[in-house]
Amino acid sequence: MPLITYRQAINDALAEELTRDENVIIMGEEVAQFNGAYKVTEGLLEKFGPKRIIDTPISEAGFIGIGIGASLLGVRPVMELMFWSFAYVAFDQMINNAANVRYMSGGLMHCPIVIRGPANGGTAVGATHSHTPENFIANTPGLKVVCPATAYDAKGLMKAAIRDNDPVYVMENTILYNEKWEVPETDYVVPLGKADIKREGKDVSIIAHGRAVITSLKAAEILKAEHGIDAEVVDLRSIRPLDEETILASVRKTHRVVLVEENKPFCGVDAQIAFMIQDKAFDDLDAPIRRVSSLDAPQVYSMPLEKLQIPDAHRVIAAVKTIC
Amino acid sequence: MTKKASAPSTAETAAKPASGLAHKDAPINAQLTKEQRIDLFRQMVRIRRFEERTLRVYQQGKIGGFLHLYIGQESVAVGTVSLKGQHDHYITAYRDHGHALAVGMSMNECMAELQGKYTGCSKGKGGSMHYFAPDKNFWGGHGIVGGQTPLGAGLAFGLKYKGLKGSCLCFMGDGAVNQGAFAEALNLASLWALPVVFVIENNGYSMGTSLARSSAATPLAKRADGYAMDWEVLNGANIWEVRARTAEAMKRAHESCRPTLLEMDTYRYRGHSMSDPEKYRDKAEVEEYKAKHDPINLLRADLLADGTLDEATATKIDDEAKAEADASAKFADESPFPPPEEIFRDVYWETDNPDKRTSQGRLFFND
Ligand SMILES: Cc1ncc(C[n+]2csc(CCOP(=O)(O)OP(=O)(O)O)c2C)c(N)n1
Ligand SMILES: [Mg+2]
Repeated sequence: MPLITYRQAINDALAEELTRDENVIIMGEEVAQFNGAYKVTEGLLEKFGPKRIIDTPISEAGFIGIGIGASLLGVRPVMELMFWSFAYVAFDQMINNAANVRYMSGGLMHCPIVIRGPANGGTAVGATHSHTPENFIANTPGLKVVCPATAYDAKGLMKAAIRDNDPVYVMENTILYNEKWEVPETDYVVPLGKADIKREGKDVSIIAHGRAVITSLKAAEILKAEHGIDAEVVDLRSIRPLDEETILASVRKTHRVVLVEENKPFCGVDAQIAFMIQDKAFDDLDAPIRRVSSLDAPQVYSMPLEKLQIPDAHRVIAAVKTIC
Repeated sequence: MTKKASAPSTAETAAKPASGLAHKDAPINAQLTKEQRIDLFRQMVRIRRFEERTLRVYQQGKIGGFLHLYIGQESVAVGTVSLKGQHDHYITAYRDHGHALAVGMSMNECMAELQGKYTGCSKGKGGSMHYFAPDKNFWGGHGIVGGQTPLGAGLAFGLKYKGLKGSCLCFMGDGAVNQGAFAEALNLASLWALPVVFVIENNGYSMGTSLARSSAATPLAKRADGYAMDWEVLNGANIWEVRARTAEAMKRAHESCRPTLLEMDTYRYRGHSMSDPEKYRDKAEVEEYKAKHDPINLLRADLLADGTLDEATATKIDDEAKAEADASAKFADESPFPPPEEIFRDVYWETDNPDKRTSQGRLFFND
């Protein structure tokens, strides 16, 4: 299997879906002539032309609203947010409109839109550019949200998102764009709502999403090598829909849980996961559930401090050690 | 100015007379002392040299994600800020180094901020895009395009509410005008008669998108017509014109509490931020700007011609600016990073002032 970058995997997913379905279009700031601020849409304008690969002015509320409107007529827009941090200027469209039109019409309409872009801290761009809003999105019934951690998942989830008939918001990570993974050349999708065991283990379940999965895998290696602890790493991949079965099966196997995310802790995604586990597998737990999240403050700019703010392997290991 | 051939505004702006020299005689300029004129030059040179130095520091890997340079646009910040009175306030976007130095922030605190150091203007918490100096009437430094435009109107609202005779100068780029928040701010400013001067720094591009590809109609400032607001397009490379026309707008704010929308034609020489291959414009276009419209060269030549400045003084000012920039890099290098506890400071006023806390309950939720 060829090794390709996370960026290339998404690019391939977009190109394949553009080829498969003529209703798929790409819209966003700098996606066409500039090839994407992070080059995720590189080459698509050349291949598919300006009718389908569309540069927008800096008008997120406007163009995302246009995407939502077009989707009602069967266009399948894939909207790029240069950063998910810019979603807030378009929140009315993304939350009030995309999430609710189906419900409020009593099921008369649906909104097959994908909104994608990077949502991460860790690159010293300050508080306004480092948001991880997966919890805000997941808090909204009517929306789906996925956070791929590898190139394989990024491609498979992107294709599933584009084929999905509901609004799916895909959160990528600029730090992962250059990382490489094996990705098959054959057409595949990763179904929304299917978690993945990224590493099998028996002593503790480390449950994570997005880049926190990579951090957790690193921690698991060290736990094995230096502490003799055999950690299982569960990658949620999809936040909503959520694969409760895979999570619970892992908990029933290891009886110990550490939740890791780059989201801020209060009402973060893992708050919901922790509730779900105690609700459905309380008797299987041999220890309290532990959490590792970003430190609870706006994202700090200063590079050494931001390193401390985002979960790293050491913090994951320390959390595991408190219960193993 | 002949520029941005692809942009529809070219005809509009090129048709205007090269009016700089006439503006030089405007009372607001005529009244300047020799030292004040030289100081305009000095401030522009300081900004240029500071930013050239930041570029080198960036290349050494000491600066975080973004660094948006203002090089080429200095006359706008220096010209407008030179009009600042006690109750005149300034707010801009992420391309903020020029405004920051112009209002009197030091190179040291600005350079240290870029390196995430504790001695930075925001203690290393904001970075390049988020400089602030409220004590100098400078309210940032805003990273979200267009996000500062309602704030500018809000500062003006605050001045009016408090009965202060002042204004807020609110800067944005030519791309920012297409944010919905700006349209709302324009209407509110006019509807409520707020003393705000919106300044579009039209450098022809928003990232890799030319003006012609982002705005349906030009001049951009003409949008003010839709809100019964005064507007004007001017040559931002000519500091006399910037001062003369901005002074009129500020007078309108001070005396009649009316907003204005100014569009200043300008140009950025560097890429949008640091990783920009600049395929969207010709090298020749940039070179033409540097050669014919450089705001610093224009003022320098003007001041040399009228005898305000001599070569030796001009060179000395330049040398001093370079030395000051070098010293700021050294200062930043030698400054400490903030201690880790700083992550949790400055989040809430209440936790920074624990003895005056009035709310109850837990505010932070770490694992
Ligand atoms: C809401 C939002 N969308 C997109 C961006 C990314 N972005 C930063 S600067 C920029 C271009 C802005 O151009 P312009 O307003 O002309 O200002 P200039 O950079 O030329 O000073 C873009 C798209 C952002 N920071 N905020
Ligand atoms: Mg611009």
